[in-house]
Amino acid sequence: MTTLTKESGAPTSADAGAFLSVRDLRVQFRTEDGIVKAVDGLSFDLERGRTLGIVGESGSGKSVTNLTILGLHNPQFATIDGEIVLDGQELITARERELEKLRGNKMAMIFQDPLTALSPYYTVGRQLSEPFMKHKGASKKEARDRAIEMLTKVGIPQPKVRFDDYPHQFSGGMRQRAMIAMALMCDPDLLIADEPTTALDVTVQAQILDLLKDLQQEFGSAIVFITHDLGVISKMADDLLVMYAGRAVERGSVKEVLGAPRHPYTWGLLSSMPRLNSDIHQALTPIPGSPPSLLNPPSGCPFHPRCAFRSEVPGTLCTDSRPPLGEGRAAACHLTAEQKQSIFIDKIQPRLR
Amino acid sequence: MSDNLTLPAQQGSADAGSPSTETLLKVEGLTKHFPIYGGFPIRRKVGAVQAVDGVDLSVGVGESVGLVGESGCGKSTTGRLITRLLEPTAGRITYAGQDITHASRRELAPVRSEIQMIFQDPYSSLNPRQTVGTIIKSPMEVNGIDPAGGREKRVRELLELVGLNPEHYNRFPHEFSGGQRQRIGVARALALNPKLIIADEPVSALDVSIQAQVVNLLQKVQDELGIAFVFIAHDLAIVRHFSQRIAVMYLGKVVEVGDRDSIYNRPRHPYTHALLSAVPEVEIDGEDDGRERIRLSGDVPSPIQPPSGCRFRTRCWKAQDKCATEEPPLVQLSGNRGGHLTACHFPEDPTTEDRGEDIVLDPALAALEDDATQ
Repeated sequence: MTTLTKESGAPTSADAGAFLSVRDLRVQFRTEDGIVKAVDGLSFDLERGRTLGIVGESGSGKSVTNLTILGLHNPQFATIDGEIVLDGQELITARERELEKLRGNKMAMIFQDPLTALSPYYTVGRQLSEPFMKHKGASKKEARDRAIEMLTKVGIPQPKVRFDDYPHQFSGGMRQRAMIAMALMCDPDLLIADEPTTALDVTVQAQILDLLKDLQQEFGSAIVFITHDLGVISKMADDLLVMYAGRAVERGSVKEVLGAPRHPYTWGLLSSMPRLNSDIHQALTPIPGSPPSLLNPPSGCPFHPRCAFRSEVPGTLCTDSRPPLGEGRAAACHLTAEQKQSIFIDKIQPRLR
Repeated sequence: MSDNLTLPAQQGSADAGSPSTETLLKVEGLTKHFPIYGGFPIRRKVGAVQAVDGVDLSVGVGESVGLVGESGCGKSTTGRLITRLLEPTAGRITYAGQDITHASRRELAPVRSEIQMIFQDPYSSLNPRQTVGTIIKSPMEVNGIDPAGGREKRVRELLELVGLNPEHYNRFPHEFSGGQRQRIGVARALALNPKLIIADEPVSALDVSIQAQVVNLLQKVQDELGIAFVFIAHDLAIVRHFSQRIAVMYLGKVVEVGDRDSIYNRPRHPYTHALLSAVPEVEIDGEDDGRERIRLSGDVPSPIQPPSGCRFRTRCWKAQDKCATEEPPLVQLSGNRGGHLTACHFPEDPTTEDRGEDIVLDPALAALEDDATQ
């Protein structure tokens, strides 16, 4: 039986300051095969103007978390517990009507695949104008002007002509630009970008990432940036949350987490991926096994079946007890701080050269 | 070479490090135009997608050649042309001295067993109604090959070679994870002792932690069995890790080809520079990596009406009149190593270091950055 270590000292949402605060979020889906614990006790804070990166593999719960923030889960199938506070407003218990006022206005989302996220039936211009008219009570003319302004800003050539085009007339990179423009229409305080560049080519990805970064400086929005690409995250984020099997396993600033990672999973991610200047004769060190099923997650630390350093922890601690994630810069692992440091310096760092 | 090989090593396998002198596959002026039909009531050919337009490439015995480029550059089409899954419009494909450009089914049969393919999506490339055993066995059945000890024994050997449990012979693909499925795809490709494997984005559909497992497996296969690879991918870091020689493609043409070091450290073509500079790298030390920053504008143009002359000129910062009128030949520039060919009239300096001033061609990006600096 798994003994849950209570996360001691987890601050309550009463802690002022954080613009977006997620506390002990749990999202479960009932399926025919059983209950899927997609997100299991996740907490994080995000300040205005900062970017929080969330990395993890498919099925780690990163997208589910963000759909929960936007309130996009059907309550019929999903059980949501915990607390999400956006600028003093609790979102989980909020009514659908209140959420509708926030979505597209105070918080907006950029999806991974712009072709499926944009409606093929309406012109790009109409899709851009709609939230602006709805939330700001603007006239059609005002909304059109605003949309053209935003299209110009994100670099769509001939925005006045393109306003009346349909999404299929745009190329992949332009569609993603149009979606960014749509998300920014109402000047949102919170922008959630779920793998916004995964479907794009690398040269276009570089343009879009730089664009997002520059726009953030201008608009001052907080961004939650979800990706599986550590390279992208190191370019975009200020703070980083590494997720595994629905839980956060490591947290800290990007510099800290990528420069001196403390969790075996983060070590595994970094050493399994080649870089442009890494030694070609050095074989990659993959993480053995595959990500766990969330229907029946491993007991104790969810990473223990794939962990190379389990033997360093005394007894059956890894299989019995779930390691807590402390506050601030932390990693949810039973290894002691000294062990983590010496393992990283002796065994992991040489692989990253 | 290790003793515990489960497959007989190919003859003439080359040391993975040094490019072999013997050419296995040679491709000259390979072209594929897909016709576009339109008009009413009689549908006529109104144009063509020039997916691949005059590609020259050679692959030595046991050598791994990487093909990189963005989507729509024709790298996958090239792979399919080499395996003759598509019929070339023009050009010549020579495999082991034999011209197979327009070889008939019967002529191709012996060659087909030596050129195998690994596909990108391990979910759609395995028949969900067949067991793993049947999937891996079928190439042998088609080619009428009866290995010593029977086909089933051979399948079990192959499963073990790719790191799967031979007991899983009777399972179905849906019982495996993505990484394991890709291993099944690799086992199927190895079933006929191929000499050349075309791997079309073999890891891009997999999770980050799984990618390395498959890359290591392919590398092991290449080292131990001396199989030549054409490794098609858009991830430049993985291609660099896997391939000794790399060809960079843009809009149906090879714009630069050379050994690993030349392409990644001494690129000459502006597009190669732009591509390398766009790769987001993990900065482990948290410091600027000191690489140049180039941001192109817009997307790749349509291959239906590609730009005249040099196809990259519409996005190139060095383009001049000559680029529009004259197509640059793929030649060895002075100062480059042998085998490092570049197709550019105005090549860049052979370095990827920060050039002091960023090249930002994207107008929106340039405008925002101007505002920020003011």
